[in-house]
Amino acid sequence: MDLFLQLVLAGLAIGSIYSCVALAVVMIYQATDHFNFAQGEMAMFSTFIAWTFLGMGLPVWLAFILAVAVSFGAGVLIERTIVKPVENAPVFNQIIVFIGLLVILNNVAGWIWEFTIKPFPSLFPDDFGFKSSLIGPHHMGVIGLTLCVLLLVFCFFRFTRVGLAMKAAAANPDSAKLVGISVGWMLALGWGLAAAIGAVGGILVAPIVYLEPNMMSGVLLYGFAGALLGGASSPGGAVIGGLVVGVLENMVGQYVPGGSELKLTFALVLIVGVLLFKPAGLFGRVVVKRV
Amino acid sequence: MAFLEVKGLTAFYRQTQALYGIDFELEEGSITTILGANGAGKTTSLRSICRMVRTEGEVRFDGQDITGMATDKVVQLGIAHVPEGRGTFVRQSVEENLQLGGYTRKDKAEILADIERVYDYFPRLRERQKQQAGTLSGGEQQMLAIGRALMLRPRLMLLDEPSFGLAPLIVQEIYGIMRQIREKEGTTMLLVEQNANIALNLADHAYLLETGTVVMSGESSVIRDDENVRKSYLGY
Repeated sequence: MDLFLQLVLAGLAIGSIYSCVALAVVMIYQATDHFNFAQGEMAMFSTFIAWTFLGMGLPVWLAFILAVAVSFGAGVLIERTIVKPVENAPVFNQIIVFIGLLVILNNVAGWIWEFTIKPFPSLFPDDFGFKSSLIGPHHMGVIGLTLCVLLLVFCFFRFTRVGLAMKAAAANPDSAKLVGISVGWMLALGWGLAAAIGAVGGILVAPIVYLEPNMMSGVLLYGFAGALLGGASSPGGAVIGGLVVGVLENMVGQYVPGGSELKLTFALVLIVGVLLFKPAGLFGRVVVKRV
Repeated sequence: MAFLEVKGLTAFYRQTQALYGIDFELEEGSITTILGANGAGKTTSLRSICRMVRTEGEVRFDGQDITGMATDKVVQLGIAHVPEGRGTFVRQSVEENLQLGGYTRKDKAEILADIERVYDYFPRLRERQKQQAGTLSGGEQQMLAIGRALMLRPRLMLLDEPSFGLAPLIVQEIYGIMRQIREKEGTTMLLVEQNANIALNLADHAYLLETGTVVMSGESSVIRDDENVRKSYLGY
């Protein structure tokens, strides 16, 4: 029983990181109808930025906050300079741009910081004042911090004027313009937020998977799986999807014979399965087009 | 100088020309209607004013040339557009739709007061304030669209076929409320309609549009009595 609980809790911890990535992906998907394939590499880059701040001798929390802030600005900048010029281009061109961004970020990171694996410190102390045999301090901190971040994001969209305007701009750009919302800037803001949320995920996962330019490839795949499972049209669903994927991943690793080798395969099976049998995901809305 | 002045306006959707050099103007505080059949260019005329279509020619609002401006900037000048098909934010609540209407304003207390004022005009919206806008009936959505436009405290309101697809009784109700709005707020309105009869009853001036050109204009009462108009648009 203890083992099962341990697996669930560790799954929730890693799953909450997937949730961050899934939420970032879904936010951009809602505004643009495309998955940002570069979301993972953006998060990796953010983590390297935090690592650079750490190298300058900054305390770990300050490095974290600065890196998230820089990522926000970089997200806005990426939208303005790279995404906006192709916003009316055919779908295929846009996907190529996202993949190009992925490759560029990956290579530039390797060029600046090299491909060697680096340890990354946890944001959390080794001891919260109490110990649990079921969950380690880093995992405990990860769950707490991501819950805070997700709550903040929820409140932003639920209670603020700009949050409402962002939802309106994503749902109905023409009407949003007609009430005076600058839809272009709302998109840029969305990219900034997604980059910042992704950065949180990257910095939290780095102590677990170690820091290197390819560290997010698996995480992004699980994030996509979470986003699809929850429903790409539902931010709340994406969060739950991420958590479920985290837990399931651990279960497969433990209870399926040879499962630890099959974890990534499991994510892909999940993605294909959802797309085949429930394309709208668990919480997404089925969009009916009138013809 | 006219409050809104449009001169030699041509408009294009990709290669298709929709307006062939039309002129019209409105006085502040007046209600003007643009009448015409399907495809005459009525909607395009409104979309030209709020810069949602590529045009050539002049559009001056309160003396200022607005042809180079983006839509959201035009809105900030106080031009509220009630679009064709109402354009409600269907997943947001009635109240959120109204809040979005006041998006460009900073005066929080006044915004809340204005939401109440909209509810006074449209009591049905008050009953449904927490409901998702997509679940409203067509008439209620039209009311919401007009209410949302009022939230801007507009200096000019553009209304695109408020009667479209609604039962005659609802149309009358909505036009009754527009009349009240005009009396209480003195809002300048530019109204596009296929339902010529009801539009001419409300408006002071009218323009008649055929395939992208103005074929007739004048006081509503004069237009209403014109024999050709009566036969083609009023049906008696």
